Amino acid sequence: MAAPVIKTIPIKHCNFEAKVKTAGSGPPLVYLHAAGGPIWDDFVEGLTEHYTVYAPHHPGTGETVRESIYTVESLWDLVLIYDEIFDALNLQSVPVVGTSFGGMMACELAAHRPERISKLVLLDPIGLWRDDAPVAPYMLMPPDKLVATLYKDLSSAPVQKALQMPDDPDELATVTADLVWALGATGKFVWPIPDKGLKKRIHRIKAKALIVWGEDDALVSSVYAKEFAARIANSRVEIIKDCGHVPQVEKLDIVRPLVANFLAG
Amino acid sequence: MKVTSFHFMPYRDLPEDFPRGLASAWVDAPWWEYGDADKVTDFYNWSIDELMLAAKLGFDGVGTNEHHQNPYGFMCNPNLFGAILAKMTRDQGLEDVALVQLGATLAATSPPIRIAEEYAVLDCISGGRLIAGVPLGLGCDANISYGITPMDQRERWREAIDLMLKAWTAKEFFAWNGKYYQLPKVNLWPRPVQDPHPPLLVPGAASSSTWDYCHDRNLPYAYLSYFGGKSAYNVMDRFWERAAAKGKDANPYRASFLQVVGVAETDQKAEEEYAKHVEYFYHKLLHQPTYQIAPPGYADYKSLLNILKSGSKLLQFGDLSVELKPLNAKDMIDKEFVVVGSPATVREKLASMAKGLNVGHLMVVLQFGSMPHALATKNIELFGREVLPHLQQIWEDKSWENPWWPKRLRTRKVKQREMATA
Repeated sequence: MAAPVIKTIPIKHCNFEAKVKTAGSGPPLVYLHAAGGPIWDDFVEGLTEHYTVYAPHHPGTGETVRESIYTVESLWDLVLIYDEIFDALNLQSVPVVGTSFGGMMACELAAHRPERISKLVLLDPIGLWRDDAPVAPYMLMPPDKLVATLYKDLSSAPVQKALQMPDDPDELATVTADLVWALGATGKFVWPIPDKGLKKRIHRIKAKALIVWGEDDALVSSVYAKEFAARIANSRVEIIKDCGHVPQVEKLDIVRPLVANFLAG
Repeated sequence: MKVTSFHFMPYRDLPEDFPRGLASAWVDAPWWEYGDADKVTDFYNWSIDELMLAAKLGFDGVGTNEHHQNPYGFMCNPNLFGAILAKMTRDQGLEDVALVQLGATLAATSPPIRIAEEYAVLDCISGGRLIAGVPLGLGCDANISYGITPMDQRERWREAIDLMLKAWTAKEFFAWNGKYYQLPKVNLWPRPVQDPHPPLLVPGAASSSTWDYCHDRNLPYAYLSYFGGKSAYNVMDRFWERAAAKGKDANPYRASFLQVVGVAETDQKAEEEYAKHVEYFYHKLLHQPTYQIAPPGYADYKSLLNILKSGSKLLQFGDLSVELKPLNAKDMIDKEFVVVGSPATVREKLASMAKGLNVGHLMVVLQFGSMPHALATKNIELFGREVLPHLQQIWEDKSWENPWWPKRLRTRKVKQREMATA
């Protein structure tokens, strides 16, 4: 398989220069990353076997200019940026897979332009709020607590692989700065509480949705699965046992066929 | 040198085992377990009395600041205290004391012209003695306690300063159509006494963006560190390098430094008297993790990378909630986080620090942590009588101008005032 390439797409809105990581072949699919920034993991790689995967980098993260986040002032701006990215890629009716913060953004896009999103896969999305099950303040945690909040079993091989950091101190500093900055750049649209009006818009979603949730998610409790399901007309929930906030890493063997079958169906 | 007596107004009576299992003394310490409003009545009043005592003893300035939801210091609006001090110093004939508001947090106040108004009020009541601090605000205060988005904070702060300056000086109505603030018609009442406006003072930790901001606008910088002069060279040397690179002179009045100080009759006595208050301050009140001081987005990318790449070369400590705990008072005195000793020792250490760091403004914290009112009074008196007059002479032999101090207070006090309390 060809190595992923970065597509540069100048966006008129906010004068943002979008970067979209692209690989694979087949019909198009959009993948929206989590708050920690773009990651190209085995799950995404797997999607490229059947789809041309477009993975836009959130403003300020990945290949984008770090300071570009300053021009994106509101969630409305961000949604319109995605809309223009979809225009540029000629995506008229496309499945979108979003994880955590990316899941919230997938819902926002599908609520904004219901006809444009053909299917939705939501992996432990944020975006709704219950006082009795507050979303963990993941931007206000020391690193050890953050990873313990993200993953159920820190000792498992895939989690260990996901947590690997570079040895070189300079490289480590850059990777750390990028991670912190990604949390800040995505956090701009959810601070201080990730409840920015999706509940008022989510009913507009027409796409068929698969809602996947780690049963023991400590960041956003799996009780939210039914909150999303209750608001998206054509949706189905899959709870992954013995799993935290990142099922596509923690339980890839279960999640991959679930998602593949849903998308193919 | 201009010497300001600075006060945080801490909670002085936390239990021995504080912070127990708390992640932080900030935001996370429940009032209903630790706070007692009757005690706070004393704490506030003592703090005001301690600042007034400093004013009587001839300090050049008295200083207050803003913090929220914590026992470290909870003058939620420094201008409440500034107003009291403005009036009391005026009534008591202490009209050579500057009010160093270090200050009200513009970016966390909406709209920020509220601060422009309050500062103007202080300048009016005091007759032109205000120094208008423009702190960015800590993450725990602005982002957590007040809900400001970390990524927006620095831009909000810059915009708010521009708005305040225009609101103070414009001779016409104006509409402000900013990124963060929109006001249809600005016509500030009152305006400051000082013309064109009170001097600004920019406090900071170690952000290179803040140094550049100061130099680009010819503003003075106050380095707020609790780790003493020895550890401040990393930061201040770079501050002065940046100044030179931007064509600014080495006028020491461009810089302020904050120092916790304890004075007693002898070095040994000072150590005995202040040790437990030093530990209370560093172990309990500064029990604060990095993620609270600077949540993601708070430091801009360039500063973040600079701090991460410099590691301990720039900042001695990352996580104050962990790394300070192994140090006892003796260690912290030896490392000169705090300057504790006889008047002679304190004089010598502070003079050498001021000269070494090239700072023209010193802000001393003479009541810190659990220090009771009586000991604070003693500390302020000893410092005021035996240390202050020597420090005030520093830089006097040089011809530097100090345009960052209220105009009417720029001439040096020739002698110490008689002590009202003597």
